[in-house]
This record gives sequence, structure tokens and C-alpha cells, in this order.
Amino acid sequence: MVNTQVTLSGLVLDNPVIPASGAFGYGYEFAEIYDINCLGSFSFKGTTREPRFGNTPPRIAETASGMLNAVGLQNPGIDKVISEELPKLRRVFHKPVVANISGFSLDEYAQVCERIDKEEGVGLIEVNISCPNVHCGGMSFGTSPESAAEVTRAVKAVTTKPVYMKLSPNVTDIAAIARACEDAGADGISLINTLMGMRIDLKKRRPLLGNTTGGLSGPAVFPVALRMVWQVYEAVRIPIIGMGGIAGAEDVIEMMLAGAAAVEVGAANLVDPLASKKIVDELPRVMERLGIEKLTDIIGGAHHG
Amino acid sequence: MLDTEFEILSNKLIAKNTWELVLRGDARGIAPGQFVNLKLPGFYLRRPLSVCDFDAGSLTLIYKAVGHGTEALAALPVGTALDVLTGLGNGYDTGPSGPRPLLIGGGAGVPPLYALAKALLRESKTPSVILGFNTAGEVFYREEFRALGLEPAVTTADGSCGVRGFVTDAMDVPYTYFYTCGPEPMLKAVYQKSVTSGQFSLEERMGCGFGACMGCTCKTKTGHKRICKDGPVLTKEELAW
Repeated sequence: MVNTQVTLSGLVLDNPVIPASGAFGYGYEFAEIYDINCLGSFSFKGTTREPRFGNTPPRIAETASGMLNAVGLQNPGIDKVISEELPKLRRVFHKPVVANISGFSLDEYAQVCERIDKEEGVGLIEVNISCPNVHCGGMSFGTSPESAAEVTRAVKAVTTKPVYMKLSPNVTDIAAIARACEDAGADGISLINTLMGMRIDLKKRRPLLGNTTGGLSGPAVFPVALRMVWQVYEAVRIPIIGMGGIAGAEDVIEMMLAGAAAVEVGAANLVDPLASKKIVDELPRVMERLGIEKLTDIIGGAHHG
Repeated sequence: MLDTEFEILSNKLIAKNTWELVLRGDARGIAPGQFVNLKLPGFYLRRPLSVCDFDAGSLTLIYKAVGHGTEALAALPVGTALDVLTGLGNGYDTGPSGPRPLLIGGGAGVPPLYALAKALLRESKTPSVILGFNTAGEVFYREEFRALGLEPAVTTADGSCGVRGFVTDAMDVPYTYFYTCGPEPMLKAVYQKSVTSGQFSLEERMGCGFGACMGCTCKTKTGHKRICKDGPVLTKEELAW
């Protein structure tokens, strides 16, 4: 009997599999087809202070081994998330959830995080400073060590739960940004958000996405994500949630060997609504095959020896 | 939503670029106006296709081969197994139709109206049908509607079959309600010309097809709607046109 349990800043998860923000809504579409309590946790749809429609369609484009999205943080705003979405979510998911929060100013990050911190059932706050699809906010906070540290400090000052900063891969030195977050008090690091990309419609000779650019996800980005988790693991001592193109249990193991203490699964849920459950089910068998008894033993394992 | 494996029973060209795909598998729990989402070998995202016809053990879909994905689908032989998510979207509501609903389909928007016509006939209603195409070579399913005892009015933009013009040129008939599906310019013209309430089946590029990713949201008079989950059918009153 293998042990799949992992711990994130004191939060114990039955397994490291966490559906990623933006790919899992508030959980209930998936709860229609399987009991989502088999998951370690899940990260709910990125939430901002005000309701947001997001970007002009089209918001989705296909790529080789992946997809682009330019949804642009569509969400009902923190008031409705607390009054409507969380009560519904709690009915289908009984474990602590990851609250994904986004903002357009330091004040907004702090206000929204302070409110979500008080919510029962929120186990961890994941602060998105890396959305590539919004302007004047989102990713701009995550592209310099100084502004990443500022957001971290602003959020840490008003919260009691573990704060994980979600980083953008669209930077030259991700390790420096992760270090700045750690120095500013972050409890952990989530990475990677999507890689900025685009497609052009050959018939119209115009960008395919309404927002011109979008964020690339899916198996196409896995090696990039793995490399960045590897680099960040060497730079910080706080736990890492690794994500980017994970599609199976072997990817989970690979990501943990690079340094992740847990993983998030994004795009895979959109093409196969059972993807996260299949990874949870497959994980013990893959561990047995690879001679892994305890999953926590392998975190960062590829760095040693 | 149900994740099911289907097998291709037939996959044939029925009009210019237009293919009819018949699948065998568990088609229970499907309603007219809903869609299914097909996983194709070699493509990352699924392909959403509206349901043309179904019974407990089979499913008929009609698609236009217009891109790499649908061209690859057209090349799949009989017997191929396909992973299909079924029962997606809200579908048409036959409740408000009244005794004489009008069904208006344009091009690739014709298929969902076929299953709807069958459902309305089962409810002892008398639908009228208008089918619009660009040209005679693109006309399909006229005979299938006739076989239901309906005589569709056909319009073609170039006049090569039926009435010359657009579906709106055939709308001067009495009707109690309408249901429509087709390209957006056609839907907007129907919206303008229609004299009753009705339901519109809309299309948008989708990520998941089951409401999780917010990739296909549109603005309506009653808030933000996900075409895949809150639609694809929206009422005339909801549309902000």
C-alpha cells in the first residue's frame, strides 16, 4: 500500500492532484460526473473584487498538443463568490479548497484576500500575479521581483492562511521572482501560469483570438513548466505547486522529482472531464511500478545524487 | 453529460462539403438542440457538433468539412471508435411552441431542427420548415423532412434551388413561435423579421463544452451566458441584439 499523502504548509492532502484554476470552474460541472472528493483539493476560478465579463470572443484556439485561452478572468466578483458559489461548492466538495485570487491593484489583492481568508473551507490562498490575458494588472505584478514582493507583503499583512504566489513563465528569471516572494513572506509558490502565444486566422488574415494573444497550456508547455519548477526549487525553501501540461500520473511523478510538493492539472480537465480522477486512480499503480512507497520521499529527488 | 464510446456506422458526403455521420452507442439522455463533443485522434480540443437525430442506440450528426479537424473526421472509416461527450447544452424547449411553430435553418444550422421537428410532431404540433442554403449543391435533408410529412420551403442565395434569397424571404407564413439555427447574420435577420417569440441556437469557439472554462461566454440581457452550458439555445428575449 503506497502513501500518496502530501502536505502544503501544514495543509494535509490525500494526494497531490489539484485541478487548476480556470479549468475547473467552482467544481460542480465535474461533480455531475464523478465524486470530486477523490481529489487532493482544487483551485477555484480566479476571483477579483468586481464582476468581470472577460475578453471579447473568440477566447479559445487550438494548437499542436495544447490550446490558447484568452478568457480574461471572467468571474462573478468576490461578493457573489462568497454568497453564491462557495455555498454550492461546499455541497459537492468537503475538503479545504484553494482560493485563486487576482487583482488590478495592491489594494484590490489585499481586500479580496482578506475576505476570502475568513471563509470556512478555504485551505490555502493562491495569488495570481501572472494572468497574461488582462491589461493593467494580472501578469504585470508577476514580471518583476519588486512588484511580486509588494503583492506578497500586501496579502500576507491581512491573511492568516497559507499564501502561495502563482508565477508567470513569461519572464527571464523566474528564480529571482520566486526568491523575492519568499523573502516577502510567501508560504509557497505555484507555477507556471500559461505562456503567452497567438494564432492567426489564415482566411481572415487577423489574429484568431479576440484579445490578439492568449495563454498556451496543455502538454506543449510541460517541459517548460518542469524546467521552471526545477529552477525555483533550487532557489527557494518554501513548497512549490507545479503545473503546466500535466496529463497523467507519470507527469505528476516527474514534476515532483523536479521539486513540486503537489501539482495542478489544468487543460487536461477540459478535453477529458475525468482527467483529474484518472490521474488520482492511476497514481498508486505508477508509484508501485516505480518503487515509490511514500510520495513525499521523491520531492526534488532529481536534484540529489 | 455522459462520456461514452461510439462506433462509426457510416460517414458519407451528402452535399457539398457536408457529411452525415451515424454513430452506434449509448445515446440515451439526449434532447433536440443539444450537442455532443467528439475527441478526434491527433487533435487536442474536442469538436462540438449539434445532434441531428438519435434513438437509444444511435446518433446522427451532420458537419461541414471546413478545417483540419472536420477534414480528418471526414476521412475516418466505418468501425472507428470515437470518445464522445453527450447530452451537452440546454437544447430547445418545445413547451412554448404553440400549435404551428416555424423552424428556420441555415446551412450547417439545419441539423438540430430535424430532431426538433420529430419531437414537435410527437407532441401533435404542426411545424413549418424553412431551409436556407447558398446554392443547390449545398442543399441537404429536404427529403428527410418530407419523409416526416413536412414540406420544407427551400431558399438559395443564388436561386439555383427553391426561392431565390434568404430564409427571411420565406417567413411570410403564419406561425405561433419559431426555432432557428444558422450563421449569425442569418440569426440576426430572423430576429429582426420575426413577429413572435422564439429560440435561437448559437455557436462559439469552445474549450471544454460543459461549462468549466468560460471560453464561450456571451453577454445577454439576463447576464453572462456560457453558450455550451446555459445555451446553445437562447430565447429572443435574452438576446441583446
